[in-house]
Amino acid sequence: MTVFAVAPALPLHTAGKYVAAAYIVFVVLILVYVAIMAVRLRRTERGLAQLRDEVAAREADRADERDLEEVA
Amino acid sequence: MSSYSRGLRGLTIATVATIAAALALVFFYAPLDADQGFIQKIFYVHVPLAIVSLCGFVLGGLFAVGHLRTGDRRWDMRSYVAIHMSLIFTVGGLITGSIWAKASWGHWWEWSDPTLVSYLIVFLLYATYQPLRFSIEDPERQARYASVFAVVAGAFVPMNFIAVRLSQGFVHPRVLTLTGGRLPGSMQLTFGISLLGIALLFATLWKYELAAKSTRMQLRRLRRAVLGEDAVRPLGRSAAPS
Amino acid sequence: MRTVLTVLRKDLLLELRTFETLPAMILFSVSTFVVFHFALDQSTIAGQLAAGVLTATLLFAGLLGVNRLFVAEREQGGFDGFLLAPVDRSALLVAKAAALFIFLVVLEVVALPAFALLLLGPSLGPPLGGVVVLLVLADLALAVIGTLVSAIAIRTRARDLIGPIIALPLLIPALIATAEGAGPLLAVHGHTFPEGRWLLILALYDLVFALLAYAVFDFLLED
Repeated sequence: MTVFAVAPALPLHTAGKYVAAAYIVFVVLILVYVAIMAVRLRRTERGLAQLRDEVAAREADRADERDLEEVA
Repeated sequence: MSSYSRGLRGLTIATVATIAAALALVFFYAPLDADQGFIQKIFYVHVPLAIVSLCGFVLGGLFAVGHLRTGDRRWDMRSYVAIHMSLIFTVGGLITGSIWAKASWGHWWEWSDPTLVSYLIVFLLYATYQPLRFSIEDPERQARYASVFAVVAGAFVPMNFIAVRLSQGFVHPRVLTLTGGRLPGSMQLTFGISLLGIALLFATLWKYELAAKSTRMQLRRLRRAVLGEDAVRPLGRSAAPS
Repeated sequence: MRTVLTVLRKDLLLELRTFETLPAMILFSVSTFVVFHFALDQSTIAGQLAAGVLTATLLFAGLLGVNRLFVAEREQGGFDGFLLAPVDRSALLVAKAAALFIFLVVLEVVALPAFALLLLGPSLGPPLGGVVVLLVLADLALAVIGTLVSAIAIRTRARDLIGPIIALPLLIPALIATAEGAGPLLAVHGHTFPEGRWLLILALYDLVFALLAYAVFDFLLED
């Protein structure tokens, strides 16, 4: 006993505007949240890259020191 | 600890699918309400948001109980994220409720709707959660006090709804639900799927936020282990047990 | 029990000697009545309006007292002293709540006649018993919730600000029951005793919060 509603397209009279507003608020909240998380993720990735570079730099320094020691 | 991201993709797909199905049902399947007409469609986004946010607050209280009993700060993190997420959902619920009130009765707020009023009071209470947390500097104490707050507030949620409803006994409350008693089956199905979709959305975002926090935490630990204590800048506002 | 009485006695003696909190609460409520007179532009009020003004004023004056409740403990190391003593920690909760309750009762002994004099239209004589019963139950709620919130707020950075904003939403149901219960009492030719419904709500609210506060208070004192 399914009843299919008439006209799936949003009617442009007043009721439609309110319903649209409510659903838009919902979507906007989700998107804002995702955007904030994206910013945080970028910051974490930058931190990770920094860490990787620091570790690589330290490895390089240690390698240099070893070379120096062998000569001495 | 990064087990939070396990299963996250599957959960997200389920969430997207359910919400898409719910939207399709709302606009293509559910019949028009006899009294309110097209405006009633807001019901399918407002009520699930409200229900899920309230459950989220109670869940935050339960996680807080776990933290107080075990002392494990991870419970506190779960509690914090649950409450934080519920607060956002509550803002959504209040705005959609207000839009529904305006569409139904002509003004943006309606004092004689006990559910909406109780909801506002709960929002006012939980809005103090973050100011409280971040005004306590010691992280251990911050977590403990936040948990105490979460437990008290979580118990307050049902009490508040009962008290407000009892106080409206004599006045005929205007209630934002469907007049005419029981929902027909098609509306019930649509509502159920919408509720499931929003609940899944909550779970997904909760996991997502915890995964992000826990990753950040591990990065800090790694920095500290590899580069020494000075390389790690102190956290500003954060609930993570650094 | 002895601990409770000792701490309570200390707080009451302290207040008697320094008169810091009570006079401020009393002055605040009387001034607020004056403000309401001008804000509402009425010589006398009655019924629900009067109940609302009275309840709100007592609530805000009570919050003033709440802010000051643990100040002495924080500034002079009373918390540490209490933690070191071999006593039940919840005794501090009971003692402080009792002290706050007594302050509120004394406040009302002055504020209620002041209200009857300044603002209330109908006579306070007939419904006095009913109003007193309502206020006693409301004071219990304010005392328990106030003490709990004060204990939370005292260790934060923004303590005078955090206390009231947490306490107010928690107190709204009690406020609703008190104001709605007192409305018919303060009306012209009003009733003399509040409806049982409001007394029941207040009593249950007091009970639940008392148990809740008792359960969580220990966690606030740990250090």
